[in-house]
Amino acid sequence: MRRLLTLQLGLTFAFLYLPIAILIVLSFNRAGMPTAWTGFSVDWYGKLLASPKIIAATRNSLIVAASSTAIATVLGTMLAIGIERRRSSPSVDALLFAPMIIPDIVLAIALLTFFTLIGATLGLYSIALSHVVFNIAFVTAVVRARLKSFDWSLEEASRDLGAGPWTTFRAITLPLILPSIVAAALLAFTLSFDEFIIAYFTAGAGQGSTTLPMQIYAMIRFGVTPEINAMATIIILVSFVLVLSAQRLNRGRLPGP
Amino acid sequence: MRSSGQRDGLQLTTSLLMAPGLGWLAVFMVVPSLIVLVVAFYERGVYGGVDWATPTLENFRRAADPLYATIFLDSASVAGVATLVALLIGYPAAYAITLQPPRRQTALLFLAMLPFWTNYLIRTYAWIVLLNREGLINRLLIGAGLTAEPLPILYNSFAVVLGLVYNYVPFVILAVYSALQRLDPSYAEASRDLGAGPWVTFWRITLPLTTSGVAAGAVFVFVLSIGNFVTPDLLGGGKVQMVGNLIYDQFLSARDWPFGAALSMVLMAVMMALLFLNAVAAARARGRRHA
Repeated sequence: MRRLLTLQLGLTFAFLYLPIAILIVLSFNRAGMPTAWTGFSVDWYGKLLASPKIIAATRNSLIVAASSTAIATVLGTMLAIGIERRRSSPSVDALLFAPMIIPDIVLAIALLTFFTLIGATLGLYSIALSHVVFNIAFVTAVVRARLKSFDWSLEEASRDLGAGPWTTFRAITLPLILPSIVAAALLAFTLSFDEFIIAYFTAGAGQGSTTLPMQIYAMIRFGVTPEINAMATIIILVSFVLVLSAQRLNRGRLPGP
Repeated sequence: MRSSGQRDGLQLTTSLLMAPGLGWLAVFMVVPSLIVLVVAFYERGVYGGVDWATPTLENFRRAADPLYATIFLDSASVAGVATLVALLIGYPAAYAITLQPPRRQTALLFLAMLPFWTNYLIRTYAWIVLLNREGLINRLLIGAGLTAEPLPILYNSFAVVLGLVYNYVPFVILAVYSALQRLDPSYAEASRDLGAGPWVTFWRITLPLTTSGVAAGAVFVFVLSIGNFVTPDLLGGGKVQMVGNLIYDQFLSARDWPFGAALSMVLMAVMMALLFLNAVAAARARGRRHA
């Protein structure tokens, strides 16, 4: 029985990782897709880096991810401290759970309708503002998990010794919870960088605000190409590195979505 | 002893800390959702947009039309099959993880969730590479002499279900694992001491006591699947129409925003009903355990 279960676990992990592994291997195939192995080559990576569209889309994604992460990390950390200091209320919990469970497409069309009605011109900034929504939820979850084991009497001691709230935060609270804040930021960055549906709806019509996932989507719909494999490999490896560092910083804990 | 002035100050700081984050969610999530709810009760304008003249139930009547109701039912059945398969794969995997030494359990859970943190489009694209006519799976099948012609395993509901299971099985593993963790091992021990075999113990003790985890995982997979639009679009090849695609079309091609808004609200209603049932079931299970 035990053996059978372990075998099943092995098969599940094979199911989860083989498709990714095959993609990575094929990205180094000289002849490209999908025929037999024709030799090792990094040509597809060269092609990728020479494409101005890909470079522009990557730049856009970095701008969106960096700005939405910066805003969400500050607001989410503040929110987490506020909630954990007081007792959380069910309505606040529901508000923070909502971005994780609302179908992306519903949030996407809601934001598109909202931006259109208030007469906002869509672009990279509207994508970033929208990404802050789910990023706040993730950052708050990660930082709250750390604060659960935080000794609040340290803050009290600091106050009793005459330190103001800002000094207390900077000298006591922040250094102690900093690793989890950095972990939260890394995860938020990964989520925003990879997010497609909300970006697709809130980007507007201009070519200038195409993000990398939007570019990938266009390429995938066109068909299977070796360039996508190369790009997929880079993105997978970068995400893995970011998430692994987040996990190290956060002592092995990652929030479930 | 803290003075009341100090406590008031702390209360104020706490509120000030929470205000910006909650405000952001209010402006960019709650308000837009409410607008969609309102838009759902109006008709589309002549040039797209919304005609604010008179409120109407027409969009909801249209959503109940067999043409669209069928799409809802089809989506529900694709999502239902995906949920079932994800449970069948995820439950034993989660169970197997709990049999490992504690340190390894954390690592295995992390590995199970890791693919979730990579790009969804790329995870889905990987299956196009595997399943297409000249893809690896068809080449292997032909090479083994199991089939002469490549099998049509891409661009149909099989591929869509496979893609959904692939992307969402980690959630089932996580949910079931945490339910198994909360399970008091003495129940299973008692069952064994009373002479029950492993199967009987599993069916009569372990499974019933972990239904909360099964339900939580199932709701997650079902909700994320039924509202999905990328997977049916890429792996269904336009042949599998799901609610997500229908909403997408109303906003980006048909330009009938009010109808799209109504469809979104129906989807949200289905989702909330499921979450509510799940919460009620979880509360009941807790009550039973304490009784």
